[in-house]
Amino acid sequence: MNLNLVRHFEGIPNPKTTKLPFLLPLLLAALFVAGWELTVRLTDLPAFILPSPALVAARFLRALADGTLLYHAAVTFVQVVSGLFAGVLSALLLGYAIAKSRLFERLVSPFLVASQAIPIVAIAPLLVIWFGPGMFSKVLIGALIVFFPVLVNTVVGLRAVPRSLYELMRSLRASRWQILRLLEIPAAMPVFLGGLRIGATLSVIGSVVGELVGADRGLGFLINVGRGQYDTALVFVAVFTLIALALALYGVVLLLESRLLAWQRQ
Amino acid sequence: MTRKTPPPVVSVHHLSVLFADGGASSPEEGFHALGPVTFSVYPREFVCVLGPSGSGKSTLLRALAGLLSPTKGEISFAGGERPRIGFVFQQANLMPWRSVLANITLPLEIENVPAGAARLRALELVELVGLQGFENSLPRDLSGGMAQRVALARALAHDPEILLLDEPFGSLDALTRERMWSELSRIWQARQKTVIMVTHSISEALFLADRVLVLTARPGRVKLDLTVDLPRPREEEMRYTLHFGRLARRLKEAIE
Repeated sequence: MNLNLVRHFEGIPNPKTTKLPFLLPLLLAALFVAGWELTVRLTDLPAFILPSPALVAARFLRALADGTLLYHAAVTFVQVVSGLFAGVLSALLLGYAIAKSRLFERLVSPFLVASQAIPIVAIAPLLVIWFGPGMFSKVLIGALIVFFPVLVNTVVGLRAVPRSLYELMRSLRASRWQILRLLEIPAAMPVFLGGLRIGATLSVIGSVVGELVGADRGLGFLINVGRGQYDTALVFVAVFTLIALALALYGVVLLLESRLLAWQRQ
Repeated sequence: MTRKTPPPVVSVHHLSVLFADGGASSPEEGFHALGPVTFSVYPREFVCVLGPSGSGKSTLLRALAGLLSPTKGEISFAGGERPRIGFVFQQANLMPWRSVLANITLPLEIENVPAGAARLRALELVELVGLQGFENSLPRDLSGGMAQRVALARALAHDPEILLLDEPFGSLDALTRERMWSELSRIWQARQKTVIMVTHSISEALFLADRVLVLTARPGRVKLDLTVDLPRPREEEMRYTLHFGRLARRLKEAIE
């Protein structure tokens, strides 16, 4: 949606293009839609394989008007945010313990690495069987997928806090809580937010994976409904809504970064 | 050194520091960095610790600050427990996310001084170290000399009884360093703190100190305790006097 996303992802600040951050991506989007429309007209594909942009737009308005889209989007949104929150919280707690104790790290890290070898798609059905088709299993899947990248960045960020600043804090007789609040949190923030950026998009994937496996609501459920009824336009509507949701979350993290990491900006 | 009054601010008795390096099972088998050393520092004294590299100068300062614990011997302070300490490191060691002013208020935040009072105190210190106009600058925008001034202001913020300086001007160029000597000398006279400063520069020690302790090479022991009786304020020209030369030679001989 915005070229700055890519730039942010690579950590390259580029003041030149900030003048037209929306123009260029919008142009690209328009080009994409035009190409899509052209493909539909030239190939004469049936709508249940490739609906035209106009058809998708009409379906979008209909889903918006009858409330189905908002309802399912809200369900997914709540799941995504809860999963993100739960995943980040547990990653922070465990990450702090790992960063602080080599012994604890040696104890848990083999299990953590092994857990990453299991594709989330493979255990999602199990989680739905165990915890039911409701929202809880989706929050759990989201939290699991968010957990690891945030954990890694939390540990890396905390480990990178300069020893000399710890010495400064100790020479000033700072308490453990003060060291956390005044040194560790601000020092680890840049790397942590990098992990959060990855986690924010992953949480959307986690939720949708759960919904596709088994659910009675949410955008993933909507995709399944669309597929089952050959209502491919509805599938498109749900997919685009998911993209918008992921981008919005990503944008929130970027906003957080620009607020909290203003000191890093050139 | 038998000054009876006033009592020393800090007394070091047979202090030794050994590091359990290289797989040694106990500190006794480890690497002997310092000691045993014995000396006292009196109120408002400016003491320089001079020595070849590896003589444990920094180790001594860290032990005084409580950053590492003595292997043997003890450090005792006038009030019984360790008083407030202001530490200036070899590098400025500022928090890059905090402005100049916020870096200076850090010790006050740790002591839970109300923000308004802390700010006023920091502004006062900004003026003392001559950084007016840079209150809101970030550390990355400061030169080495400016950053070290901020570090000095920060070390003074919580009104410490003892100021510990670990080669604070080592990373600065010669001109900046000499300007910092005058500044430090002026600040010390204005604030009347007890200062213990580690250095490897004889001129720096003679320019600033009341007393110079020379440590031997590893493990560091006190080889010479020299009183610097040069008049204050010390000016640049003082370096070309006969007496300065004599003192410098004594220190030089002690180091080698």
